[in-house]
Amino acid sequence: MDIESIDQIIDTHGAEPSALIQILLEIQADHHWLPGESLERVSERLGVAMTRIMHIATFYKAFSLVPKGRHEIHVCVGTACHVRGAERVLDSVEDLTGIQPGETDVDLKFSLETVNCLGCCALGPVMEIDGKPHGKMLPGKIADVLETYA
Amino acid sequence: MSRIGSPVELEEYREALRAERDPAKPHITLCGGSACLATGSREVAAGMEAELQAQGLGDQVELRKTGCRGFCERGPVVVTHPDESCYLQVEPGDAQEIVAQSVNGHAAIDRLMYTDPGTEERIQKESDIPFYAHQVRRVFGSNGSIDPKSIDDYLAIGGYSALEKALFQMTPEGVVEEVKKSKLRGRGGGGFPTGRKWEESRNAPGEAKYVIVNADEGDPGAYMDRSLLEGNPHLILEGLAIGAYAVGAHEGFIYVRQEYPLAVENIILAIKKAEEYGFLGSNILGSGFDFTVSVHMGAGAFVCGESSALMTALEGRVGEPRPKYIHTAVKGVWDQPSVLNNVETWANVPLIINEGADWFGEYGTEGSKGTKIFSLVGKITNTGLVEVPMGMTLEDIIFKIGGGIPEGKKFKAVQTGGPSGGCIPEALLGLEVGFDELTEAGSMMGSGGMIVMDEDTCMVDVARYFLDFLADESCGKCAPCREGTAQMLKILTDITQGKGKAGQLEVLQELAEVAREASLCALGKSAPNPFLSTLRYFRDEYEAHITEKRCPARSCKELIAYHIDPALCRACMQCMKQCPADAIDGGRNLVHVIDQSKCTKCGTCLEVCPARYSAVMLTSGEPVPPPIPEEQRIIVRKGKEA
Repeated sequence: MDIESIDQIIDTHGAEPSALIQILLEIQADHHWLPGESLERVSERLGVAMTRIMHIATFYKAFSLVPKGRHEIHVCVGTACHVRGAERVLDSVEDLTGIQPGETDVDLKFSLETVNCLGCCALGPVMEIDGKPHGKMLPGKIADVLETYA
Repeated sequence: MSRIGSPVELEEYREALRAERDPAKPHITLCGGSACLATGSREVAAGMEAELQAQGLGDQVELRKTGCRGFCERGPVVVTHPDESCYLQVEPGDAQEIVAQSVNGHAAIDRLMYTDPGTEERIQKESDIPFYAHQVRRVFGSNGSIDPKSIDDYLAIGGYSALEKALFQMTPEGVVEEVKKSKLRGRGGGGFPTGRKWEESRNAPGEAKYVIVNADEGDPGAYMDRSLLEGNPHLILEGLAIGAYAVGAHEGFIYVRQEYPLAVENIILAIKKAEEYGFLGSNILGSGFDFTVSVHMGAGAFVCGESSALMTALEGRVGEPRPKYIHTAVKGVWDQPSVLNNVETWANVPLIINEGADWFGEYGTEGSKGTKIFSLVGKITNTGLVEVPMGMTLEDIIFKIGGGIPEGKKFKAVQTGGPSGGCIPEALLGLEVGFDELTEAGSMMGSGGMIVMDEDTCMVDVARYFLDFLADESCGKCAPCREGTAQMLKILTDITQGKGKAGQLEVLQELAEVAREASLCALGKSAPNPFLSTLRYFRDEYEAHITEKRCPARSCKELIAYHIDPALCRACMQCMKQCPADAIDGGRNLVHVIDQSKCTKCGTCLEVCPARYSAVMLTSGEPVPPPIPEEQRIIVRKGKEA
């Protein structure tokens, strides 16, 4: 991670403390997690205490304090998907990857998260991998989908 | 583009735009909402573009990628103009035929049209399809006819005329009065009268005032705000600018979830274009009124949909609510008067200003005027976004528009209002939708999620599901919500796992009362609703779980079992091959048997067992029959006797 790219993000927001969340979101988008050094840099440049940054980084769901795998699996557990069997889909994904929501596997291949609505309820239950939705999921179909990711 | 400096210039520009646009010229609109993108709208667009080039029609036929049209079940949706032929579930391979039809006036393409499930009749026009025919699409209607990335498209249909009218023909007080008179109520959850909120802010002292769009749409299963922002961002900006003029604000914010990338992209582009054209910025249309808007992305916290929490998040802090003895309309962002309205509420404003409060009130009930967009999802034939007049019955929405329950299943309940709402049973299907009507039934309007449930949905599990959501999303600031939701979740989980005990329903009711009375914000106050409403209408299901350890819907994993009826199994090996847990014994000509100790209850066997056999049984509350002895498992097929 180079500190210059972090500085660039901070500069586009004029190092304003009120832009803290927006800055962290951009770092998260670039790196898929919030590396410790980046947070220290933000703290220093914005003049905001590390405790406040950690409060925010742990409060909001978009932030991760651990590295993410190459592929991010999002299983939708919104109400529409739930009544169509999202729980069974999630169980199967957990079984097949060996990880729970919020975790990354040891090979850094998959990270698993649940999300509350992807806005494509007609396709429910939906699982999204790296932004690509896989609709009308059934426990029996998941292994085939996961196999297509290296 | 130079800034438009006066109403006269705006009208000249609009006239010029309209003169360029020949309504008789063929054009094709293609839905590019999130749901259609997920079903391949991008690929269809590429196919269409290639086809237009190949047929040399690039400049004769316009292809317009619009926002969400609502009929998500049948996407991607294509409509050709001017004949209005509507094609559903279009694939890239259909492009050639559609292009040829739209230019050459060939007969409409039968196989891509909507087929009425009752009469088998093909329906050509979009507006004749029952899903659309029963709707009143005032707010949502333009989504399907404009490209959200084109401000000219919005201007051509009369966009920004309401802002012009407000700035030049009305006083700020007059705008507030008109909105008050319309009786518009907040579409985001609370249903607070919008005009009163504006008036309170207008009259509040403050160095600066702010207007804010709440696009932190967090209810699981609701996506109408997303579709409006994605599909018609200028409508929201116009409403916001009118509101700013009315309350005396010069700065506005759009708080939108970062999980909605297309909405963020489209609204940022819309702001840029509106600034270029002179609808935002300083001296708007030469009126002397200044107003700027910035976008703030939400980092994912359900509680930030609550007004005071959202405003704290806007300031760059952790989004926790505060007590609201003083309304945020008086002391909001940076302690200044701040008007926060939901996306759909803002979208209604330009219509009210243009058409008047009386027009707005033509539809609706006494307490709820206008139309409302609902996201009709779950166990429903026509999943999608629907806009209906307030006062339409649940039955009409679910059966006439939604097409009822798929696969011949029986309707059980409809859940409205998101996690703060409740479940409404079949007996109340005649209920007219409105803020007060839904609250009286133990649910609420919320932002307009409408999740349909059938006989296979367990109502205890639904209550557990929402408590799980709320316990996770509780910010933790106040104990009644933090501890109350956690305890309620624990007990409800026990009940769904067959560990429920007598007396627990009473404990749940006590916890519910404390959370409702003593929580700091609406998240905790309304958290018991999913439990209380399901208890009110489906008490028998709770009792079956607790006393009989039975899940009547056969849904709770710990209370169900799958087994194969040896008399029906024909040893086709489908379930055996597809069981992800390798829990099925058997072989060719050997009746299959599920090993209960290995079974993960994923239900795959039931899904794959051919309908002509239907040998997989799903039971709850009764013992699984013991497996038949191995020597009796051989199936002797006709003509194959040794």
